[in-house]
Amino acid sequence: MSAHAGGYSADPRIRWIESLPWIVAIVAFFALPEYLSLGARILIYILYALSLDLIVGYAGIITLGHSAYFGLGAYVAGILAAKAGIGDPVVQLGAASVLLEIANKATTLTGGADGLSGVVVAPILGLFRFDIFGKTAYLYCLLVLLLGWWLVRKMIYSPFGTSLTGVRENSLRMHAIGAPVYWRLVLVYTLSATIAGAAGGLITQTNQFVGLNVLSFESAGELLVMLILGGVGRIYGAFVGPVVYLIAQDFLAKQFPEYWYFGIGTMLVLVVMFARGGILGILDGALVKLRGRP
Amino acid sequence: MEAFFASLVSVAFHGAALGMILYVISVGLSVTMGLMGFANLAHGVFAMAGGYVLTTAISRFGVPFPLALVLAFAFVAAASVVLERLLYSRLYAASDLEQVLFTIGLIFIAVAVARFIYGTLQQPVALPDYLKGQFPLLGRDFPAYRVFIIVFSAVMVALLWFGVERTRWGAMVRATVDNRAMAQSVGINTKRLFTLTFALGSGLAGLGGGLGAEIIAIQPSYPFENLVYFLVVVSVGGLGSLRGPFVAALLIGIADTACKYWLPQYGAFPIYVATIAILLWRPSGLFGRHA
Repeated sequence: MSAHAGGYSADPRIRWIESLPWIVAIVAFFALPEYLSLGARILIYILYALSLDLIVGYAGIITLGHSAYFGLGAYVAGILAAKAGIGDPVVQLGAASVLLEIANKATTLTGGADGLSGVVVAPILGLFRFDIFGKTAYLYCLLVLLLGWWLVRKMIYSPFGTSLTGVRENSLRMHAIGAPVYWRLVLVYTLSATIAGAAGGLITQTNQFVGLNVLSFESAGELLVMLILGGVGRIYGAFVGPVVYLIAQDFLAKQFPEYWYFGIGTMLVLVVMFARGGILGILDGALVKLRGRP
Repeated sequence: MEAFFASLVSVAFHGAALGMILYVISVGLSVTMGLMGFANLAHGVFAMAGGYVLTTAISRFGVPFPLALVLAFAFVAAASVVLERLLYSRLYAASDLEQVLFTIGLIFIAVAVARFIYGTLQQPVALPDYLKGQFPLLGRDFPAYRVFIIVFSAVMVALLWFGVERTRWGAMVRATVDNRAMAQSVGINTKRLFTLTFALGSGLAGLGGGLGAEIIAIQPSYPFENLVYFLVVVSVGGLGSLRGPFVAALLIGIADTACKYWLPQYGAFPIYVATIAILLWRPSGLFGRHA
């Protein structure tokens, strides 16, 4: 957990390499028009993973209930109604379950287990209509992601971000120097949940359908897998993870669902055992070796 | 009034059976989390494995039911020793996040393997004739199988409590839960104690999974679907204790049955709300020691 981006001495200027994801996204838009719906899904999950990275990677709160906010956002986008909360992992898991139960039972509002269909999305700002090829959806998601990334990055490089790292590393000391630890965590949690909710809203708007699975525990687990795969606490881990995971899923999971889950499980175990920094952590290590300096 | 009383008795009875199963499965989780500080989300995997061992032993090899229960215990306990030595023990010092991820990984693997071998359908349990039918008690009829579950689990619980409270091994376990470093320095082999306790807890989960195969259906998504229940039992009861999870399991078993009986339209909703309320009120559980 040493290679965290941000922190007290970090240079807040945007480096050239940080434009890479955006270049890739634009190139993909023109080069792979038949994969735009998958692309939009990936963009949304990047935003979702980014929100999780903020609390898991930076604030050090472990949560299995993040799908509550994602799902809430998804349903809010569908039905326009809101409420949220905080707590320890089990309480959060409970909160996610409560929302799942509400969504499952409130059949008239959400369609229950059949899902909520017939979500009609108006043109963005009355100007850009969602087309069947998913071009508008893709660009729209990209724009929202850019906004989310900018917000998260800004926050991580701010004194607030530094204090979060402090809370993660030693909350007792943060208390001792007079930092309002509790309120810092409440604030970052709220922001993270909001971003996750925005990502959930995007899912509904681009799919024009909400299913109960957006709230499930498996979906929270999958998200955590994506983030860990990319690398925790380094912003761009949240970019790499969903790209690799969702593309692999698109190609492999449909043919071999059994092997797919077996594969994720094995990979997760291996990452925890041998490569705790995820893909970016491995790359970092390789770069250090190449350059021959620490 | 008579009808209401009858349904009250029925709910209490079925709830007690479910609660007993939940306890036998979850007590091992309480001990591993309390003793080793290990967040083992994959505990349900052991219960599922026990269920599969039992149903396979009965339906494919014609093993009698009692022996199949013993097999479920022994097989899962043995497998868990291998897992503990090979994988779990490397992560005792790791952060919560890593333990959570690792055990979620194990769940994924187990779900995939179960689906590959057995398919997605629920495994039927072929009960022996003496456990089918009704058992007359105080002028009422109760399903014999659930009576057996309650009595059998009660015996297991009594044995377990005797073991932990009255034997030398139990004293060692309690000492290690209280203060691991001190226990180690007075000569307790905590490593071996961990392995043994882990095996016992997992074996009990396997036994519970097998015993409750008729109540909590054995199918591949078992570890995911029931994880919340096991965690609720442990966290509401309090980590590292035997009594807390027992009360919590009975409470949840009865409350869950009551909700499904009287308020089916709300599903498991009241249970989750109650859990959140209890944890907000007492973060270390009903009987947990304050950190």
